Amino acid sequence: MADEKPGTPPENAGHDGNRRDFLKKSTLLTAVALTPGPVVHAAEAAWDEKVAAAFEKVPLKLEVNGVKHKLSVEPRTTLLDLLREQLHLTGTKKGCDYGQCGACTVHVDGERVNSCLRLAVMEDGKKVTTIEGLANGDKLHPMQEAFVKHDGFQCGYCTPGQIMSAVACIREGHAGSEGEIKEYMSGNICRCGAYSNIVAAIQDVKNGGQKV
Amino acid sequence: MNQFQYVRPTKQKAAIDALAKDTSAQFIAGGTNLVDLMKRGVMNPQKLVDINKLPLNKIEKENGGLRIGALASNKAVAEDKLVLEKQPLLAQALVAGASAQLRNMATVGGNMLQRTRCYYFYDTAMPCNKREPGSGCGALEGINRMHAIFGFSDKCIAVHPSDMSVALAALDATVLVSGPRGDRRIPFADFHRLPGDTPQKDTNLEQGELITAVDIPDGPFTKNVHYLKVRERASYAFALLSVAAALHLDNGTIKDARLAMGGVAHKPWRLNEAEKFLVGKPATEETFRQAAAIAMRDAKAFKHNAYKLKLGPNSIVQALKNATAVA
Repeated sequence: MADEKPGTPPENAGHDGNRRDFLKKSTLLTAVALTPGPVVHAAEAAWDEKVAAAFEKVPLKLEVNGVKHKLSVEPRTTLLDLLREQLHLTGTKKGCDYGQCGACTVHVDGERVNSCLRLAVMEDGKKVTTIEGLANGDKLHPMQEAFVKHDGFQCGYCTPGQIMSAVACIREGHAGSEGEIKEYMSGNICRCGAYSNIVAAIQDVKNGGQKV
Repeated sequence: MNQFQYVRPTKQKAAIDALAKDTSAQFIAGGTNLVDLMKRGVMNPQKLVDINKLPLNKIEKENGGLRIGALASNKAVAEDKLVLEKQPLLAQALVAGASAQLRNMATVGGNMLQRTRCYYFYDTAMPCNKREPGSGCGALEGINRMHAIFGFSDKCIAVHPSDMSVALAALDATVLVSGPRGDRRIPFADFHRLPGDTPQKDTNLEQGELITAVDIPDGPFTKNVHYLKVRERASYAFALLSVAAALHLDNGTIKDARLAMGGVAHKPWRLNEAEKFLVGKPATEETFRQAAAIAMRDAKAFKHNAYKLKLGPNSIVQALKNATAVA
């Protein structure tokens, strides 16, 4: 239970009445968490088939960087906004917000995606990794180290997306040559133009044979 | 983004019912285009029916062909062993599209249903008959360098943006759909529409119909194929023009050919006449030039896209040369 986080506290949780409300909700969540699996399962299946009203928040279970969250979101909330605004994981950046720049790249169940184009509610039950989840404590991930070493950025805004994409690029087996890296990193735009250093960083990690 | 209702059915029938009864509802799968359009206010569905729980992502052999589930991701299809072995042209077209991230998200069904990237369609301050029937076409007299050279109407000169669909058109695919009135099979050539007077309709799908799979018949096009995409940067851009070419060669003679173009019409543009011309001829540049001339016969340019009249035949020749040169 230690890593079960009860969603986002209501914005005005400081109020007395709302505090009670919050406690009530927490209790409810605890109750759900303690209910035997099959019962919860049945309840969730029933929700799936039920139409959630436009203004209604829907339940969402998500594991982010190894931490399990039970959340409640509006259907129109994107995964990007959920990460930044509700979970306060602001490492993932909002660039274009239309799937054209790659700054918002995260991994969902191990695959890189543009989190700005994912509705959070569609990720129910999945595992998300963001840039915050890459390092091992204080020890940087090899790709983060390589970006520092090769100066793979200037302003740094696209960097979290570049690094998430770069890790996936190697894991997918698409970092075999400079040309292949360029093609498979084309979904991440860098307006400072650090491309050649980014390619060098990826090649360094790839050739170093470190586990990514 | 406007608010909307959301439902995630686990049964195909429930998904279809949800749309059949509600014309303001939309299916959502990968969401790579729909979410984009909703953020911009170009599309405003009142209800989203999330179909990702439906078991529609298999890629399998089926009756002398390949059956690809509508929910298979673009990445899964592009890297699938069966697809690479039987239909390498499809894999090439898929990899030419979008980015690695988007291909992880985008599905086969959704790829076919993406909307045009015409700037007037995307800009809600501009007239567009596709977005708002009767409002006029901004591109006709406006900036039209991306636009159609075949099959357009005075209501709409937009082009279909999918690369995958160009390959599917060339490969004689069939679209399997399921709807309120049962299942049906739509030949790929009849799936997308020309704009005519109703450019708001991209396809011949009826209300509530769900794409369940795409069938591609096995053919001899397992080696000499090439998808050529011409765009404004080397990757991650929509086609100004593309050519899907597949040849069945026997000792330098063309036994069979498939050709289709993207970025030139409101639907993937199959080059039937040019294909017929190629059969029985030697696979030489001269033959390819003649075929390209036949293919371009009815092309007509607008103010800013006259370059496509040259780019078109040159790309056809280049795609055929590349397809021939494959070891």
